[in-house]
Amino acid sequence: MLHCKIDVLPNLARALVCLGALSLAASAKEAEQLLLLKEIAPGVFAHEGLIELTTEVNEGAIANIGFIVGDDAVAVIDTGGSLHEGHKFAAAIARVTNKPIRYVINTHVHPDHLFGNAAFDSPGVIFVGHANLPRALAARGEFYLASFRRMLGDKLIDEVRIIPPTLTVQDERTIDLGNRELVLKAWPPAHTDCDLTVLDKKTGALFSGDLVFLRHVPIVDGSVLGFLRLADTLAAIPAKQVVPGHGPIVADWPQALQAERTYLTLLVKDLRGMIKAGEGLPAAAEKAGQSERAKWQLFDDYNPRNATAGFAELEWE
Amino acid sequence: MHSSSFFGLAGGTLALALVLGGAANAQSPAPPDPWPSLVSDLFHDRAMQIGDGLISFEAPYRAEDAALVPMTLGFALPAGDARQVKKITLVIDQNPAPMAASFEIGPNSGVTSIATRLRVNDYTNVHEVAELSDGKLYVVQKYVKAAGGCSAPAGKNLDEANAHLGEIRLREITAKSDAASTPALRQAQLMIRHPNNSGLQMDQVSHLYIPARYIESLKVFQGDDLVFAMEGGISISEDPNFRFTYKPNGAKVMRIEARDSGGKQFKSEWPIGGEM
Repeated sequence: MLHCKIDVLPNLARALVCLGALSLAASAKEAEQLLLLKEIAPGVFAHEGLIELTTEVNEGAIANIGFIVGDDAVAVIDTGGSLHEGHKFAAAIARVTNKPIRYVINTHVHPDHLFGNAAFDSPGVIFVGHANLPRALAARGEFYLASFRRMLGDKLIDEVRIIPPTLTVQDERTIDLGNRELVLKAWPPAHTDCDLTVLDKKTGALFSGDLVFLRHVPIVDGSVLGFLRLADTLAAIPAKQVVPGHGPIVADWPQALQAERTYLTLLVKDLRGMIKAGEGLPAAAEKAGQSERAKWQLFDDYNPRNATAGFAELEWE
Repeated sequence: MHSSSFFGLAGGTLALALVLGGAANAQSPAPPDPWPSLVSDLFHDRAMQIGDGLISFEAPYRAEDAALVPMTLGFALPAGDARQVKKITLVIDQNPAPMAASFEIGPNSGVTSIATRLRVNDYTNVHEVAELSDGKLYVVQKYVKAAGGCSAPAGKNLDEANAHLGEIRLREITAKSDAASTPALRQAQLMIRHPNNSGLQMDQVSHLYIPARYIESLKVFQGDDLVFAMEGGISISEDPNFRFTYKPNGAKVMRIEARDSGGKQFKSEWPIGGEM
């Protein structure tokens, strides 16, 4: 199936992507290689992942990924949830620009954002991540390769390689793609303990990674209090619009933070109440946060987990 | 001849079925059941009886967070059973270190349940084995599905865990006195800040293994009486946490002594039995 989004009209690059898609439609094999892109601002492209759990069928393509084209080079922001998706993404980028990819930025440690890394592994490509990303990959990489076999199947997982960053960001770092500066910012523990955002100074487009969730229930794998605090801090980023880690691309900034802030606030309130009342962890997993259930997709898949992690964290307050 | 060709056909059909079965299930075949060899290694092949009705074990069928799977060991013997529970062992069959923890239960401590949190790496059977004062072993088991998605048994916030390493808290969950149910069992929760690192992961950059560091020994006393003593391993979650019942013996202090695999000692004392 081929889609050409025409909700925003032409711009040369988008037209090329669409033309490319149409001209190749005859070849099913080639069509499979296409990955739908949207140019959310001049020179800023994103692909919207499905709001699903990783499966063999969706090939792990559940996270939003993107790239930014400067005068001299390209920066890729996250690479997808399988090497297969990474290859499709690389092919899609090649249809938009022939400028070299210089940076591959991983917004955090989760497999749906970096299992495609190896598709971009070539001399001259610099992998970039939060200063804590190498440690997180060391602690989790082997486990993810084993556990995602169940979800992706042997064929898709066999080819995945973990590629850690060679350039890490401790606090903030600016990279230049040629007349195009990107501000990379490393944050304290929130969604994970290695969250990194990418701001395109030229257009005010922000790639938040999983520090912003829309429609897809937020996931807490770092610190629920850190995540809640950061929702306020992030609002100060001078962005115009955001590509969230999961959910519709693109959204207004900073309004996009509101829904997750409401969810996290409620979750923390519920958990604190249960801890005070002497309830145990299993009860928290069942009950905390439930009043937000109707607002989010994949709620039953992740809310009990958030409640579990949040409970263990908040007990130390 | 007839029978020979019949068996030939049957064999062929069986082989085909196996091939199809393999193709239909794209996943790796289930690993062999490790329990029999664990019984050898951990319990020296001692006989075990099914413990249903004697001991209980609670765990979620699906682990929500691989790093924090709540499990409750229950071992209140039925009325009339004069034996005492000496030791409770928790085994997570498919974990890299299956022997998760063993708890020596203090005589007359009144400890009849211990709830804790474990890492679960894979789909696995979990076994609770109780050793009673007559030397008999009893076992109950439950199957736990590992968490899916980006959940991992590793820690979430390593800097935080390291920054507060060794901090201990004890919280009484139940009220001080309940005249109607004296001598009531009380419930307390013991928490220790510790990353409980498994050390099994190789650093992707340096290719060195991250050294393991975990709480290997924990002792809880009420006055001078042992409440319980735990020997633990890397399957215990970061920030080890134990919620347990106990029978108050009049002591005003609960004393906690812990030691990690790096040899570091942690001690703490908490007043108990006060107004809540």
